[in-house]
Amino acid sequence: MTNREKWIAFETIVRREIHRFLRIWPQTLLPPVITIVLYFVIFGTLIGSRIGEMSGLPYIQFVAPGLIMMSVITNSYSNVVSSFFGSKFQRNIEELLVSPTPNWIILLGFVVGGMCRGLGVGLIVTVLSLYFADFSIHSLPVTVGIVLMTSLMFSLAGLINAVFARNFDDISIIPTFVLTPLTYLGGVFYSIELLGDFWSKVSMINPVLYMVNAFRYGIAGISDIPVYWAFGMVGMFSVVLFFVALNLLEKGSRLRS
Amino acid sequence: MQPALAISQLNKTYEGNFQALKGISLEVQPGDFFALLGPNGAGKSTTIGIICSLVLKTSGTVSIFGCDIDTDFSQAKQHVGVVPQEFNFNQFEKPVDILINQAGYFGIPREIAAERAEKYLRQLGLWDKSHVPSRTLSGGMKRRLMIARALIHEPKLLVLDEPTAGVDIELRRSMWEFLREINAQGTTIILTTHYLEEAESLCRNVAIIDHGEIIQNTSIRALLQQLNKELFVLDIREQLSECPSIEGYPITLVDDHTLEVEVEKSQSINELFDALSSAGIHVLSMRNKTNRLEELFFDLVEKNLSGDKND
Repeated sequence: MTNREKWIAFETIVRREIHRFLRIWPQTLLPPVITIVLYFVIFGTLIGSRIGEMSGLPYIQFVAPGLIMMSVITNSYSNVVSSFFGSKFQRNIEELLVSPTPNWIILLGFVVGGMCRGLGVGLIVTVLSLYFADFSIHSLPVTVGIVLMTSLMFSLAGLINAVFARNFDDISIIPTFVLTPLTYLGGVFYSIELLGDFWSKVSMINPVLYMVNAFRYGIAGISDIPVYWAFGMVGMFSVVLFFVALNLLEKGSRLRS
Repeated sequence: MQPALAISQLNKTYEGNFQALKGISLEVQPGDFFALLGPNGAGKSTTIGIICSLVLKTSGTVSIFGCDIDTDFSQAKQHVGVVPQEFNFNQFEKPVDILINQAGYFGIPREIAAERAEKYLRQLGLWDKSHVPSRTLSGGMKRRLMIARALIHEPKLLVLDEPTAGVDIELRRSMWEFLREINAQGTTIILTTHYLEEAESLCRNVAIIDHGEIIQNTSIRALLQQLNKELFVLDIREQLSECPSIEGYPITLVDDHTLEVEVEKSQSINELFDALSSAGIHVLSMRNKTNRLEELFFDLVEKNLSGDKND
């Protein structure tokens, strides 16, 4: 394949992925928006007004970046895992496997598709959050950089989950039992300063904590951890996950018999 | 000239040590209409799966128009289009989108893909369904959609794995006509089918595979010449109460107006008719009881099976 042909193949996968989540928007775009609005109303306005400040910020301004990041993480992940596993389940992944499209293009196509949904939902949630909270951007490069890398990392993780999945249960186990606890315990709703010394240290092994804090730094200028750690960690995980996912596609694990 | 398909010493062992292919070798020439026949589980779909890289081979080589599927996979894949046995498209997408996307995976620009999609959907009688969700198509339409999808990048080799399974006779005939046309235009076609009439009618050359081995690889004509006898069904004007006896022609009385007669290749049908006339029996019509290729197929597979048992 020439570079132009590879680009066409990549563009086709991304276009198809975007078309897929737009076609089923009541399943893909609406639920996260409703969920996040409920979070804002309950934790931000109703309960948040009684909590007062967290790390020197009104509580609603403290949770807003975490809630935005939470929607980016879950939507990036769930788009790729459900789309790729759906393609395996219906066997239309074979359309790609019989084509000359290189595996790295297939991988990038699905991942960029997942990022489009994650970032799209993140943008919608950000616009909605302006209704509930006033905030400005403290550092645009940090905000954009960390959100892009986080979306990339979780899209890659979603693809790996989908490759291994044998049934629909397998694609809900990781989001339910790993992703949700990591997100809830990742500093979305509280500062790790509130935890004791021991639990603060335990929290430091949670990668979501770094992402949420870096994003909060980008928006509000405060963070529980050094921001460069976040970039280093997310970058390292993304590289590792990229090569793991590519290797799985190259070997045809659970894709070719 | 490079063969359209060259398979050499191809082996496939699945998990659990099941050996699906035992070192098969095969060549299909450009422009051929080739039948790959065999009973269920013989290794046909595994062979096709390896050709289009959905199945990983254990050993051996496969090249398509001279392009090795391992070392020149991109070019090899450009040459081959595949119509699998089972529906494997996204049932929620529209036929036109399925075709345009498939073209995209082969690096074909969208505007060219749209033109080709219209061309093939029209040729296969699906254009009026091009914008409905593909899950709403009938079984026959879905099969035709998969043929259109396999052709969208205009491959030189088209591989069809039981393309007319479950398709009604009228539609089957129209699909045959379409396949003959694209073969006449130069596309090499490899077909697996359980309808041996289909193979006899369409194909020039044939390989019969059984238990992962090729037990015959020849032309359909040469294969049919191996058939020594045929079984004819005769519709008789007179009502017969007992089976007539004619020397050299084993006859069975099916019902009081129908006979079955076994005729060897060396025997004359005229002699049979003369003998029946002499016995006061008038034949109204005559037909082959079974498809000739079908008889041979059973003979060969049976022989192979008894050979295996003797081993």
